[in-house]
Amino acid sequence: MTTHDIIIIGAGPAGLSAALYASRAKQHVLVIDKSTAGGQVKTTHQVANYPGYIDPIPGYKLASNMHKQAAAYGAEFKFITDIKALHLTGLEKSVELVSGEVYTAPYLIIATGRSPRLLGLPGEQELAGNGISYCATCDGDFYKDKDVFVIGGGNSAMEESLLLLQHVKSITVIHQFDELQAEKVTADKVKAHENVEFLYSHEPRSFEFVGEKVQVEIENLKTHERFTMEKDGVFIFVGMIPNNDVLKDTGIELNPYGYITTNEQTMETKLSGVYAAGDIRDKMQWQITTATSDGTIAALAINKAH
Amino acid sequence: MNYPTLDTPLHHIESKTDLEEMIKTNEKVVIVCGRMGPMCVPVYGIMEQLEPTHSDIKFNDFLFDNPEASIIRNLPEASRFRGLPFTIYYRNGKVVKATSSLQQPSAVKQIISKVFA
Repeated sequence: MTTHDIIIIGAGPAGLSAALYASRAKQHVLVIDKSTAGGQVKTTHQVANYPGYIDPIPGYKLASNMHKQAAAYGAEFKFITDIKALHLTGLEKSVELVSGEVYTAPYLIIATGRSPRLLGLPGEQELAGNGISYCATCDGDFYKDKDVFVIGGGNSAMEESLLLLQHVKSITVIHQFDELQAEKVTADKVKAHENVEFLYSHEPRSFEFVGEKVQVEIENLKTHERFTMEKDGVFIFVGMIPNNDVLKDTGIELNPYGYITTNEQTMETKLSGVYAAGDIRDKMQWQITTATSDGTIAALAINKAH
Repeated sequence: MNYPTLDTPLHHIESKTDLEEMIKTNEKVVIVCGRMGPMCVPVYGIMEQLEPTHSDIKFNDFLFDNPEASIIRNLPEASRFRGLPFTIYYRNGKVVKATSSLQQPSAVKQIISKVFA
């Protein structure tokens, strides 16, 4: 068993900001992440709205800078690490890893963030990377002059559709509502393309490779009629979900959508000594800047209390 | 033309000859062939983290847009791949596993423990 002053779960902008502020205050900090440093930022192609960078900065570079900055002040990191259990109700909080190691601290910050939502439909996992994609920037050129589906009608779906239109011959958007949820300016840009058609009030039900094509079973949500269509590929952009798996049975209070409610002034949850920061927190705006703000506030509150 | 290498701490493969030499002289080799994109960067990070505890495995990257990376792009095992990065696992010079697109750390660890056991 190893003891620290603060354990931070999650190495995205919120966790790394908290690590920076706490480490600079000479706290003994451990950051644990199931992946590597950066959270969603490392999977962002270019960040154009983070203050201090006049030109857009690649997300992985911003993530790497944040990690190195916190590490330079002494924060310790454990990456590619799966958590078996969190014990958060006592005075001493403990983190039990699948590897058997146990870490304890009087203070713990949850900064586990959010992840892109998967549809969880038959065939989705099997075809990921082989006909189903979640990134137009990455995989758009595999579909040059091809016909593809885009699943979703929010901002990310429409922004990614605009990127895809630089490569593909046509897009068929499958969207569950009667109209797009994306900002009007972006939605209008997509609608202006003649090679985009929309299946409103429809949802996919399954995916299957048929020959060289992906066959999608689609349901009309109004008539409940099901039919199949074939295209060369499918791009899925259907929103985000909070990463709260490790919080089950810990006593942490979640709102109906799975986000953690906190004191706005300190980021402390209803469990004493347990804080939440970043996209896992119940709030109105999910931005890199709001995540770093949350992490800062949590660390400063702990620095003051410790 | 000299192609740039990827901005990762992994060893960079820069040509077919490099790759052939790597898989000829090492029993266990991983090549992550991609760009500095959202799906690729996390996979480089996973390999970077695994490298210190797997000294018997050689972890490498290879820029997807380098023409010499056709040796990866044209592998039969990657013929249906349509998502970056292409991650190829070699043992004794032969492809023992290939994956397309982003993989979770647990999935990579599982593959490594299986194919390099």
